[in-house]
Amino acid sequence: MTVVLLLAIPLAGALLALALPAAADRYRRPLVPAVALIHFALVIRLWTGRADSLPELESWLAADSLGLLFLTLTSGLFLPTSFYVIGDMLRYAEKRAAAGVSERVYVVGLLGFLFSMTAVCLSTDLGMLWVAVEATTLATAPLIYFRKSPGALEATWKYLLVCSVGIALALLGTFILAAAAGADGNMTLNIRGLAAVAGSLDPNLLKAGFIFLLVGYGAKMGLAPMHTWLPDAHSESPSPVSALLSGTLLNGAFLAILRTVEIMTAAGQGEFANELLRLFGLFSMAIAGAFILGQKDFKRLLAYSSVEHMGILAFAVGLGGSGVYAGLLHAVNHTFAKGCLFLTAGNIMFRYHSKSTLTVRGVRRGMPMNGALWLAGFLAICGLPPFGIFLTEIAILVRSFAGGRYLEGGLYLLFLAVVFIGMLGVFLGMLRGEAPELPEGERAESPLMALPGLAAIGVVLVLGFGVP
Amino acid sequence: MWLEYLSVIFILTNFILLASSRLGFCIKAVTIQGVVLAIIPLVHEGDHLNVASLVLCGVTLAVKGYAFPKLLNGAISRARIRREVEPLVGYSTSILLGLLMLVFGFWLQSRLPLGGNDGLLLPGAFFAILSGFFVTIGRRKALTQILGYLALENGIFAFGAAALPEHPWMLELGVLLDVFVAVLVMGVAVFRISEEFEHIDVDRLRSLRDPVGEG
Repeated sequence: MTVVLLLAIPLAGALLALALPAAADRYRRPLVPAVALIHFALVIRLWTGRADSLPELESWLAADSLGLLFLTLTSGLFLPTSFYVIGDMLRYAEKRAAAGVSERVYVVGLLGFLFSMTAVCLSTDLGMLWVAVEATTLATAPLIYFRKSPGALEATWKYLLVCSVGIALALLGTFILAAAAGADGNMTLNIRGLAAVAGSLDPNLLKAGFIFLLVGYGAKMGLAPMHTWLPDAHSESPSPVSALLSGTLLNGAFLAILRTVEIMTAAGQGEFANELLRLFGLFSMAIAGAFILGQKDFKRLLAYSSVEHMGILAFAVGLGGSGVYAGLLHAVNHTFAKGCLFLTAGNIMFRYHSKSTLTVRGVRRGMPMNGALWLAGFLAICGLPPFGIFLTEIAILVRSFAGGRYLEGGLYLLFLAVVFIGMLGVFLGMLRGEAPELPEGERAESPLMALPGLAAIGVVLVLGFGVP
Repeated sequence: MWLEYLSVIFILTNFILLASSRLGFCIKAVTIQGVVLAIIPLVHEGDHLNVASLVLCGVTLAVKGYAFPKLLNGAISRARIRREVEPLVGYSTSILLGLLMLVFGFWLQSRLPLGGNDGLLLPGAFFAILSGFFVTIGRRKALTQILGYLALENGIFAFGAAALPEHPWMLELGVLLDVFVAVLVMGVAVFRISEEFEHIDVDRLRSLRDPVGEG
């Protein structure tokens, strides 16, 4: 029943938000944190194991341990972001009312996104998974376009096209796997069912299917060279949406890839899958490093950092063994660290009215709370102690060397260093110096808007001291 | 026998998409593809038809045969465009490349161990996937890119029909729903692009760039 409620409540919230008249923004806003709270409570209920299962649903939807982990990430980041969204809507409300923009699309999109992401995490069938991942694309497209600027339109178009074509290829991969399984008459797309019969499937069909699935879902995950939509979408959408895209949407595609790796491993084709993952992973890190150096837009910088971290995830899983565990933990850390950074970036943008790394100066003195979060987020995302990413990045490196992959481990370290150098300059430049004078009667920052970011970075800090 | 005729029509529509600059004609080609795809399962199953496949056929007809052309034609008239001029790859080159894609499709069919597929549908499916992909990246107009995406998607459906005669119809309904919403959202985006920039040439959408590589 819990599984059904997890899907039904965001969906009902989205429909309710859609049904409210366009002018009723005041009543629509509270729906977001309300749904987020209930959703989070339901996820905790799943953890306690008291959730009753529905056998007739299990071949489509169920919460296995991997799905539950990613569901917790989604719900865990959505909760603080939902409160931030309220504040963000309030501070821009006057401007939007003057422009005649209703928040309906925003709220419906956010709740629709939560619904589709929940479906991604709970899917136990490759077909269901595909439908859910494509639904996340459709729910987020209006969110990216929400600002209605020419840039936002361009970003939305790229996003729609790259992700739709990418995911269409994933569908082809799904069909190829189904054809491989259907050859001896027991057609199934259930992930566990496929893994059980994987050993007897035609290896060439499996490999072909895996390549299409990896490229398709990889486009959505932001692996280079299919990442082109990502910096545009992240820089043009409202900051809380960027936080959700980077922190949860990319994870959803990563989960889809993990599911297919599961099938490949069960078929004895694990090494083939792992080699491809390591290749895409290192390539993504290299591309991200190249574009982070000299980056002039701090939201694009954060977006490229997401490409880098998705590369790290792919690389870690490609190492196999304890690398997979380190990769999953890294995904947890990245979700919350990047969430904090994007939410803080939103506060900085509100104060400075700029995304340029050249004009924003003096954040530390001008906005002490956000300055501290910006610094903490930087330390966390670059893998410095005492934050959790330090531990996971070291664990991945150790795994790489322990497996005798010195060259790959060395490249991994090199790309991490390049990204660190690129980000160091930008972050220090923004933090130091004198902030420009504020216009009369404006506050530099509000403690309430810093809290969601603080909650997110707190998770990464706790994970730096030990994993519960 | 009927399956072969339908497959030939399916293959020919891809050539139209590759060769024609008139958007209205291209929309017709993709619509015909959709109708062929709706009928193929009925021909496949022949005597033992069931309710599920009839419903699926009806929904596919409604979405691909009616809703898509209506949406896309509406977008053409609102954006006031008729033709794709100066594509990134010329039309005669596109046809030649199309022939190569078709040959590649036949070669793939001979290589892939998909039992009992010696008909024309499987190469046709590969051809549609490749040419759809090609049109999506090789044309300038946002609308043509949607048509390419639809052809790609039709190709994947045709692959499903050829390689998985007993596919789960729930899955197809879900996919159909997603594609429908995708085209709806893309149609809105095309409209906005034409309003905002007074053109729908996607290659002129390039204000979002990175400093690296620009020189």
